[in-house]
Amino acid sequence: MKTDEVINKLAEKFSSDTLGVDLSEGRRGIVSISPSAILNVSEYLYRTEGYRFIIASALHTKRGFEIYYHFSLDPDGIILSLHVILSSDKPHIESLSNMFSASNWIEREMHELFGINFLNHPNQEKLISEGNWADDVFPYRKEFK
Amino acid sequence: MGRKTLIPIGPYHPLQEEPELFKLYCDGEIVTDIKWETGYNHRGIEKLSESKTYDQVFFLVERICGICSTSHPFAFANAVEEIAGIEITDRAKYIRSVIGELERIHSHLLWVGLAGHFLGYNTVFMWAWKYREPVLDLFEMITGNRNSYAMFKVGGVRRDIENHKIPAIRKEMSVIRKKVDLLTGAVMDDPVIHARTKGVGVLSRQDILDYAAVGPTARASGVDIDVRRDDPYAAYPLVNWKVITAQAGDVFAKAEVRLLEMYESASIIEQCIDALEKMEEGNVALKINDIPPGIGTGRAEAPRGEVFHFVVSDGSNSPARHKIRAPSYTNIATFKKSCIGQTIADATISLAAVDPCYCCTERMAAAYDVSSGEKILSANELINISLKRTGEIRKSNAGHE
Repeated sequence: MKTDEVINKLAEKFSSDTLGVDLSEGRRGIVSISPSAILNVSEYLYRTEGYRFIIASALHTKRGFEIYYHFSLDPDGIILSLHVILSSDKPHIESLSNMFSASNWIEREMHELFGINFLNHPNQEKLISEGNWADDVFPYRKEFK
Repeated sequence: MGRKTLIPIGPYHPLQEEPELFKLYCDGEIVTDIKWETGYNHRGIEKLSESKTYDQVFFLVERICGICSTSHPFAFANAVEEIAGIEITDRAKYIRSVIGELERIHSHLLWVGLAGHFLGYNTVFMWAWKYREPVLDLFEMITGNRNSYAMFKVGGVRRDIENHKIPAIRKEMSVIRKKVDLLTGAVMDDPVIHARTKGVGVLSRQDILDYAAVGPTARASGVDIDVRRDDPYAAYPLVNWKVITAQAGDVFAKAEVRLLEMYESASIIEQCIDALEKMEEGNVALKINDIPPGIGTGRAEAPRGEVFHFVVSDGSNSPARHKIRAPSYTNIATFKKSCIGQTIADATISLAAVDPCYCCTERMAAAYDVSSGEKILSANELINISLKRTGEIRKSNAGHE
């Protein structure tokens, strides 16, 4: 299946939650969705369409905390990234770790480095600096003037 | 129910060359739960990358892994070239694939050796590491370095593989096939290895999908994924090769996949150097001035599985954000499935079966006299020094007994 078909199919299915679509050339696509839809969309990708969760990348920008959830459709070599923007104040989003174990560590890591709260995570302990780092200090956060 | 005992492996332990802590909770001899602690060597490379220029980041990410040191530059180059929309020259593609596959051969040989070591089969360890040496010598000839080759850059590679070096690579490939034959024979026919690895540390297909494990770990459980074929890059779509899979999901299947992959790597290298020989030398790097703003996702199939790099460019000469996912990140987490219910003795090889990344590139250097060209120390002289020193230690110990 071609990348644009895959992306458009997803955007159509979740049209009320899709905020934007970015189709780059080749086998890459980004779909921006509202954070409340992350569980439904991920479940559709993982269970119905057979996508593999690669990893999630968080970044702190002036827009707030952004997370890209990267999924791979291996038979077609496509990387589909779900993009959400969380508010700068008390950022939180539903955890995917009850659906697949692959997101367990990366959510713990994002919680530790960015201070993003993953709701209903089975075990949101620190991953990298267990017991060695002050609470409520988030090294990957940035300061914007 | 017996009392639960905690057996720590690490943070510093002779079995693990890198600091990490496995906590094995055991009931008698059976592992009932396992926890993992890391971060002892957290280097903050993702953050560091934001303060480096695109050229410098290659040297940084090359140092993430001491064994498969080219897999991270490979994925990073793919990500940045995606942002900038760069198509590198065919010669650079072939060179990149030669480097990537040579690395797979030496990394898999290293694993076979370590697996032998974990099982107490040190002959395999010594053989495999001995056969690995000539591959590192090839790297030294091609790149100037046995490891951390500094070959990749945005738009191509830093050095050409000159055509007069190709016969040496071809010769080594025919030698390495025979050595791998020997190792494969030793592993496939040995009843002790069968007894220690078959049915041990089994990961089902569902486990792999749940943990999103990659590379030989996934392929040994029948999950047919390989970025080189699925999301083709460099010269992989230009040559013929096949993805190796096995179904059993145990430690033996993982060994089988890695051993057979070495033949495929040798075949890819041979096809690449054949193509290189027919081309004119040079033209291996495009001149790239700016990286435009954008988002790039690059991946490469490292010996341990898919390496993933996510790069955000804001148009400056450094990445605004650089996320890196090494294959061990997802593969190590599978120990929850592979170790629980096993005996302690089998837990170690089950942990080692995913080939968690170790860094071992120590080497002996031969020094030459600049004026005469003669070796300052010959092998015999080194042995004599060693014998003399051993004698001295024995003598001093004898005095204390």
